Amino acid sequence: MRYLTRRLGFYLVAFWVSVTLNFMLPRFMPGDPVSRMMARSTNQLSSDQIVQLQRLFGLDDRPLWQQYVSYLDDMIHGRMGVSISRFPTPVVEVIGSQIGWTLLLGGTSLVIAALVGNLLGIVAAWRRGGWIDSFLPPVLIFVGSFPYFWLAMGALWVFGLSLGWFPIRHAFDDGLQPGLSPEFLGSVATHLFLPALTIVLVSIGGWMLGMRNTMIATNSEDYITMAQAKGLRPSRIIFRYAARNAMLPAVTSFGMSLGFVVGGALLTETVFAYPGVGYQLLAAVQGLDYPLMQGLFLIITSAVLVANFLVDIVYVRLDPRVRVS
Amino acid sequence: MSGPVLEVRDLVVTYTGDVRTTTAVDHVSFSIREREIFGLAGESGCGKSTIANAVMRLLTYPARIDAGSISFGGQDVLGLSAAELRRFRWSQVSMVFQSAMNSLNPVLTIGEQMGDIFTEHTGCTRRSARAQAGELLDLVQIDRARLRSYPHQLSGGMRQRVVIAMAVALRPRLLILDEPTTALDVVVQQEIMAQIAQLQAELGFSVLFITHDMSLMVELSDQMAVMYAGRFVEQGPSAALMHHPVHPYTRALMNAFPPLTGPRVPLAGLAEGVRFRDIGDLAEVAPGRWAAPLSDADRVRFEKEMSA
Amino acid sequence: MTTAPTIDGLRAETGEDAVPAVTRPAVRRPNRSFVHGLLTNRKATFGAGVVLLFIALALLAPVLAPGDPMRITGAIGEEPSAAHWLGTTAKGQDVLALTLHGARSSLFVGFTVGILATVLGVGVGLASAFFGKVVDEVLSLVTNVFLLVPSLPLLVILAAFLPPGLTTVILVLVLTGWAGSARVLRSQALSIKAKDYVAAAQVSGERPWRIMVAEILPNMASIVMGTLLGCVIGAIGAQAGLEFLGLGDISRVSWGTNLYWAGNEGALMTGAWWVFVPSGFAIAAVAFALAMINYAVDEVTNPRLRKVKHAGRTGRREEGRA
Repeated sequence: MRYLTRRLGFYLVAFWVSVTLNFMLPRFMPGDPVSRMMARSTNQLSSDQIVQLQRLFGLDDRPLWQQYVSYLDDMIHGRMGVSISRFPTPVVEVIGSQIGWTLLLGGTSLVIAALVGNLLGIVAAWRRGGWIDSFLPPVLIFVGSFPYFWLAMGALWVFGLSLGWFPIRHAFDDGLQPGLSPEFLGSVATHLFLPALTIVLVSIGGWMLGMRNTMIATNSEDYITMAQAKGLRPSRIIFRYAARNAMLPAVTSFGMSLGFVVGGALLTETVFAYPGVGYQLLAAVQGLDYPLMQGLFLIITSAVLVANFLVDIVYVRLDPRVRVS
Repeated sequence: MSGPVLEVRDLVVTYTGDVRTTTAVDHVSFSIREREIFGLAGESGCGKSTIANAVMRLLTYPARIDAGSISFGGQDVLGLSAAELRRFRWSQVSMVFQSAMNSLNPVLTIGEQMGDIFTEHTGCTRRSARAQAGELLDLVQIDRARLRSYPHQLSGGMRQRVVIAMAVALRPRLLILDEPTTALDVVVQQEIMAQIAQLQAELGFSVLFITHDMSLMVELSDQMAVMYAGRFVEQGPSAALMHHPVHPYTRALMNAFPPLTGPRVPLAGLAEGVRFRDIGDLAEVAPGRWAAPLSDADRVRFEKEMSA
Repeated sequence: MTTAPTIDGLRAETGEDAVPAVTRPAVRRPNRSFVHGLLTNRKATFGAGVVLLFIALALLAPVLAPGDPMRITGAIGEEPSAAHWLGTTAKGQDVLALTLHGARSSLFVGFTVGILATVLGVGVGLASAFFGKVVDEVLSLVTNVFLLVPSLPLLVILAAFLPPGLTTVILVLVLTGWAGSARVLRSQALSIKAKDYVAAAQVSGERPWRIMVAEILPNMASIVMGTLLGCVIGAIGAQAGLEFLGLGDISRVSWGTNLYWAGNEGALMTGAWWVFVPSGFAIAAVAFALAMINYAVDEVTNPRLRKVKHAGRTGRREEGRA
């Protein structure tokens, strides 16, 4: 368990770095975008809210270390101020109402891309020179070369606007009551399809190539030769012996790629007006909503850190060697 | 005595490179009889392991068998279908690889890796496979509780004994030992070799023993062959090769290790820079003794180098 | 012609020297055969050709499409025609001119960021590997934090607080892009550091920076090249994403701002595909070409990844394992 404790410590440091970055940016950067934002919106802010925002962005006269201590305290307790673009909703509530959609979109596409991509990689490595091995990698690299948002635009234009097969915006049909009704769930699924598809298409090539290359390296290990000498069935060698080992780096990169998928999901959401945090991030950028931007950054980062810790726990289950060391 | 267990005829294995093709095994022939220990000696890279892998048909691209035949108990090994090959492997011929650490899968327990030999070959249940795996561990004096261990939790000698136990799991007729003790220290080497000798006496398999440790080889094997650059340069009963080497390369190898008994003699290896080229086919120099003739150019160069 | 990687790869794969032992020099000099391998690799030549073509187009943009690409030269939202090969935007700007001029900023930013991030990554990675101990602990921690923090949100808040402009974009992209290469290069440098010839250099009293530059770095050429390509690809994509969100310098023509305007002016809704397709394709073409070079680098340095030539009659590649 020492391994997990170490990892946990590392994630806490990463979290602290993010909070500190948030603290420093408005205080040490040239120009003063926050004052401008405050000036524009003073008439709608209550005096309490103004004081809170001043504390958050360092516009009060307390010494820096006091500001820092109270900032850390505010962040740990989720006091992130009010959103300017969605006034007067507190930042935490704005994010809370939307992060679910991002988790749904990001999670679905990440799991599908990783599963399918890794399987393709396994098959490609085993059937070296087969059509999956020779044809798919360049095609997937090509598709993966497009920016997430551009592919989203293309998908939206072709399948949404021209062919009309899929809805082009939002997470479910207007006028539907959110709930567990089949109608609502169906609507969620059809709205999810195109955004998820674009993320899967862009990211699947990386998974496939990564898995293929590790599988090829694993395949020349002695224990694979030994497994073959033992006369095991190919399927058992592939999955039980080779893929089981080649999976380990894939699990690590699963955690690492969470950050990229979040980024991709953010951009994809803006194209489909999908009501997740990415769409909100765009709104925050356009509305010069600094409290919301900072809150989004911190929440998204925390989510990625937590997910990585979960991946570490899975990794420990998969690799007996880290259990002892 | 019945026919040979393994008979290799004119085997040629090549490695395909981008620029040129290298012949790793060049028209090699030998046979191994029932209960016989056949030694294969030679320096690293001369093609010993390639022969071993060819016998089990484990060679993969860029290596390929270009010519020759391998017959096992009268069965044509090179003609086996994929399914036949799977049945043939391990139940007829098994192999102990050079490094036990690398030939055991680090993320599976010893029990899983021993058990699947039985589940795959005999179709028995997991529980019975586990019981049989336990018996195998008894055979090499390892505690059955180790079935639940992962390879990294065992010592080097233990891992190699596990691998040896696995090799005899299905009572194969031939055991290939590919430098089984190279990665181990001397004391453990002795234990492992004693273990193999004891198992061979009990179970009566034949052995193809590959090593560059000449003293070990002469001690253990009945027949042996000396290999150089993909060619056999000499072949015959081990004692005869030891005491009356014909080919200068064999002579150099035999002189490269100290005799265990007898007076002290200075060691004389192959002089730096000595290379043999165009090694001819083996010719019978005495009944059961074969050696490659030395080409005139080689003889001239060799004598010059050795006298210098 | 001898290709060292091939023969070495063969040895690694079979665990045997295919030719009777030849004394190998302590320091491998893979560079000549590496370059040669790249030059004869079809993927590499294709990729390099495409990249050079785009660089040429970017350099020649003022000649091919003279004048300010932002000025209005045609009717609003025209389809591609003889006058405007790629049509016009909703403002009436020529799309071809925008795309050609966009290449200048996008490629400039992409390569600048790629080079700077790689230099930073090489520095951090080498220092980390070479000095070890506390230096390594600290640098690895910083590297891993930067790797883990999701880059797009980080880009967004950095860009939001910094004064807008090209320098900001470059700075922000370098800050978010160096960590990946630092990590790869650190582990590579560590494995090279363990080689005997580095120990020999240390014992003979060479200074640390000399060992790093003269002994370790040359043997990492292919990895450095790979990370450089990866950084450039990442930078071009990240710049486009940043600009698409409106966080770049929207007064400057680039592929990203072209797409920002396309989105803002409703090119999708009006079905004006010709407005957003060219810039997207240009990004993809450059990224794909760079990825192909990268793929080729991998193949040249790791022969196992190379295409499998089908074995002949006696090729008993039963399970197709290579």
